[in-house]
Amino acid sequence: MAATQKHMEELTQQAESGDAGGQYLTFMLAGEEYGVEILKVQEIKGWDTATPIPNTPDYVLGVLNLRGAVVPIIDLRKRFSLDSVPYGATTVVIVVKMAHDDQERTVGLVVDAVADVYRLESGEIQPPPDMGGAVHTEFVRGLATVEEKMVILLEVDRLIDFKNMHASSSGAKSPDSEETQTEAETES
Amino acid sequence: MSVDVNMAEIAQLFIEESLEGLDIMESGLLNLDLGAADPETMNAIFRAAHSIKGGGATFGFMEISEFAHHVETLLDEMRQGERPVVREGVDLLLQSVDCIRDMIGCLASGNVDTARAKELETQLEAMLQQGPGSAAGASESAATETGAQDAAPSADAGTEQAGAGWNIRFRPGPGIFKSCNDPLRMFRELESLGELEVRVVGDADLDFETLEPEECWLGWDLELRTSAGREAVEEVFAWVADECELGLEPIPAAVADDVPADARPVAAVAESAAPAKAQDNPAGAKPAAKPVGKSIGKSIGKAASASQETGSIRVNIDKVDALINLVGELVITQSMLSRYNGDFDFTQIQGLREGLTQLSRNTRELQESVMAIRMLPISFAFSRFPRLVRDTGNALGKNVELKLVGENTELDKTVLEKIGDPLVHLVRNSLDHGLETPEERVAAGKPETGILELNAYHEGGNIVIEVIDDGAGINKDKVLAKARERGLVGPDEQLADDRVNNLIFMAGFSTADEVSDLSGRGVGMDVVRRNIADLGGHVSVQSECGVGSKFTIRLPLTLAILDGQLVRVGKESYIVSLVSIVETIQVCADKVNQIAGESELFKLRDEYLPVLRLHELFGIQADSTRIDDGLLVVAEANGQRVGIFVDDLQEQQQVVIKSLEANYRQMQGISGATILGDGTVALILDVPGLIQLYYDRNGGARHQAAAVA
Repeated sequence: MAATQKHMEELTQQAESGDAGGQYLTFMLAGEEYGVEILKVQEIKGWDTATPIPNTPDYVLGVLNLRGAVVPIIDLRKRFSLDSVPYGATTVVIVVKMAHDDQERTVGLVVDAVADVYRLESGEIQPPPDMGGAVHTEFVRGLATVEEKMVILLEVDRLIDFKNMHASSSGAKSPDSEETQTEAETES
Repeated sequence: MSVDVNMAEIAQLFIEESLEGLDIMESGLLNLDLGAADPETMNAIFRAAHSIKGGGATFGFMEISEFAHHVETLLDEMRQGERPVVREGVDLLLQSVDCIRDMIGCLASGNVDTARAKELETQLEAMLQQGPGSAAGASESAATETGAQDAAPSADAGTEQAGAGWNIRFRPGPGIFKSCNDPLRMFRELESLGELEVRVVGDADLDFETLEPEECWLGWDLELRTSAGREAVEEVFAWVADECELGLEPIPAAVADDVPADARPVAAVAESAAPAKAQDNPAGAKPAAKPVGKSIGKSIGKAASASQETGSIRVNIDKVDALINLVGELVITQSMLSRYNGDFDFTQIQGLREGLTQLSRNTRELQESVMAIRMLPISFAFSRFPRLVRDTGNALGKNVELKLVGENTELDKTVLEKIGDPLVHLVRNSLDHGLETPEERVAAGKPETGILELNAYHEGGNIVIEVIDDGAGINKDKVLAKARERGLVGPDEQLADDRVNNLIFMAGFSTADEVSDLSGRGVGMDVVRRNIADLGGHVSVQSECGVGSKFTIRLPLTLAILDGQLVRVGKESYIVSLVSIVETIQVCADKVNQIAGESELFKLRDEYLPVLRLHELFGIQADSTRIDDGLLVVAEANGQRVGIFVDDLQEQQQVVIKSLEANYRQMQGISGATILGDGTVALILDVPGLIQLYYDRNGGARHQAAAVA
C-alpha cells in the first residue's frame, strides 16, 4: 500500500526525467480505483470532523486545521455525485496540492480507502472516452489498465473549479445553492 | 564569497541610510523658512548630503557621490549664510533629492541613468557661478564640516590655503578599528596628495594585562608636503572625524620633532592589528563593489516597486527591553511549571493552576509586545505629503496649507505600508478637485489659502484617518447626473445625500470635466476603496457643497490578530470581532415585527434594526429558532446596525486570523478562519459582508427597513 523503496527510487527518477507518465497513488471510491499523480500528494491523514463552511456546495465538507493551515476538505463521492456512505475505518483524507489560477492550494480529498502506488509509462495511459457520466471527462487525465483492472487517472488541478463554486454559492436565488443548502441542512 | 555577502549587506545598509538621509533632507528643505533658515535644520540637511556623498564614494557609486558633491557645495553656501535661502535654490535642491533617490533606486539595474543628474548638475553649477563667493566659500566651508571638532579657527582658513603642506595631529579614539576605519589606509590616501612623513605617538599609559588588542591607543603626527588645500586633507579624515582628535596646521619653516622613543614597541602591536583589518576591508571593498551593485540591485528593485515595503524595521529600544523582560518572565513561569512534570499529585493542583494563569498572562503580554514592535507611527505615511502637497499645489497654482494631526498614532507596519497609496490618491484628489484656485476662493468669500488636513486617531480597535479639505465639496447634482448617465442609478431613483457622495467610489466614475495629469480618469476612487477594503477597512465621504469634503478611512490596527467573541449557532461556533459588537440583548418576541412576512425588525430603543438569522443565512441547524430563545448580537458595520441572531455567547478570546482564501476562496460573510484551543477551525464572521448577504437575500427589504426607521 505504501510507497516502497523501489517506488521511491522510481519516483525520484520520474521527477528528474519529467516523463509524461509517472507514479500514481490510487484510491478506492465506490468500488472503482482512481489515481492521482503522486507528486501532487502532500500527505494522507485520517478522517477528522471538519468545520463546515456555510453556503458552499455540498461536496465541500468544510475546513480542517492542518498544522496551522486552514485546508478545505472535499468529499470526492459527493463531487462525483456518487452515493454517500458513512465514513469508516478506511476513510482517509488525501491532501493534495492543486495549481489553480497561478495559485497553489492545499486541499483534502475524502476517499473510501487508499489502494496502491503504480508506475505508469505515458504509453500505458489512454485518453479518456466521452463518458457523459457522473465523472466529467475534464477531471480525467486518462485511463490505464493495471493487472486487468481499470484505473481512472484524475487531473487534480481541475477537480475543483474555484470560480464556478463562487457562482453557485454566492446568491441564494440560484437553484443550485438552494439545493445545496437543503442538503446541508438534512445532513446536519 | 563571504566578503561579497557582507559587502552586499553593508551596501544595503548604505542604501537604507541614504534613503533616510534623503528623507531628512527633503523634510528639512520643506521646513526651511525662506530668507531666515534655521541653522540647525541647515546643518541637518548638510550632514545628510555629506553622508550620502561619502557613502556613495566608499561603495563605488561614483555617480551618486559626484552629484551629491555639487548638492553639498550649494547647501554649504546656504549653511554658511553666504547665499540667501531662496525658493529657486530650495526647488533645485528638492529636485536633486529626487534625482539622488532615483539614482539609488537605479542601482538595482546596475546602470544609473545620469542624464538627469547631469542636467541638474549644470543647473547647480550655474547657480553656484552666479552666487556670491562661490568658489572660495565652497572649499572653505566644506572644511568646517570636519573642522568644527578640532576647534581650529576657520577664520584664517583662507590664508592657510597657500602653505607648503600640513602638520597633522591625528589622535584616533580607541574604537576606531571597530568602526572599520584603518589609519594605514588613510595615510596611503594622504600619500597620494604629496610627500608624507608619519610618526607614531604612543603616550597612553597601558597595562599589558588589560590591553584590548582591538583598541587603538596610538596617535600619529603626520607631515604632509603638498599643495593640496585643507579641504582635501580633511576629506581623508571625514569618516573618522567623529572619533578622533584632528589638528591641522600649515607647515611653518621648521617642524618640531618630539616623538618619544618608547613609542616603538607599542607600534608593533598596532601594526599587527591594523593590517588584519586592512586586508579584509579595503582589499575586499574594491573587487566586491561590482557584484554588490548587482545583488543588492535586485532586492532594491523589488523594494522600490513594492512602494518602500522594506524588509527591516526600526524598533524603539524600550519596546525591545519590554520584550526581553517578558521573555524572562516566561522562562521563570516555564521552570515553575516544569516542576510539576515529574511527580505530580493532586495536592499541587493549586500551584499548577497559578502557574497556568501566569503563563496565560505572560503569553498575552508577550503577544501584545510583539505586536507593538510592528506598530509604527503614521508619520511614516504622512511624511511624504508636505512635499506632495507643495509640488501639486504649485503645479495647479493653488495655495494650500497642509495640517498634519495625530502623526504619532501607531498602526501595524503592513497596514501602514499599504495605506500610503490610497492616501496619496485621496490627497491628490482633494487638491485637484476639492480645493479651488485662489481667485475662486476669494470670489467665494474664503481665504486665499486652502487648508488640507490629515488627521489620524484611534477609535476602538480601529485607526481612523481623515482627509479634510475646505474646498468646493462634491457637487451632488453633477454626481447624480453622471451616475444616471452611466446607469449606476435609475432615472427616477432618489438617493440620500450621503449615498450620492459615496457614488464617487464606484468604478469608472469621474466628475472632472477635464482629465488632468493628476486625476479625473475615474480609475482612482474605486481603487482607493478596494485597496482599503483589502486591508479590512472602509472609506466614506462626507461633503457639503461649497464648504469642503471629509474622507474618513477606518482601518483595523493590525491584520494578524483579532479580539473575538465566540458565538454558537447549533453545533457551530463562529467568531465575531469584538470591535463590531455594540451590545448583546435578549429580546421579547413582541418587540419584533415582521415586514411582508419575511424580514424581521426589532426595536432597540429608538431604532428599528433588522434581524439577521445566522442559521438561515448560513443554512445550518440552530437550537432555537424562536427569537426569545436565543440572543441578538447587535453589531455595527459601515454605520449600520443589525441584530445577529445566535443561540448563545461563548467566551471571548484573541484569535489569530488565518486566510480562508489561501487554500480555498473568499466567502461572503466570512472574513477568515482561526484555530481554537482544541485544534478545530472556527470561522470569523465579516459583519459588513453578512449585512450585504442579508440584503442580497431579501431583495427589496432594505428600502422597507429604511422607510420604517
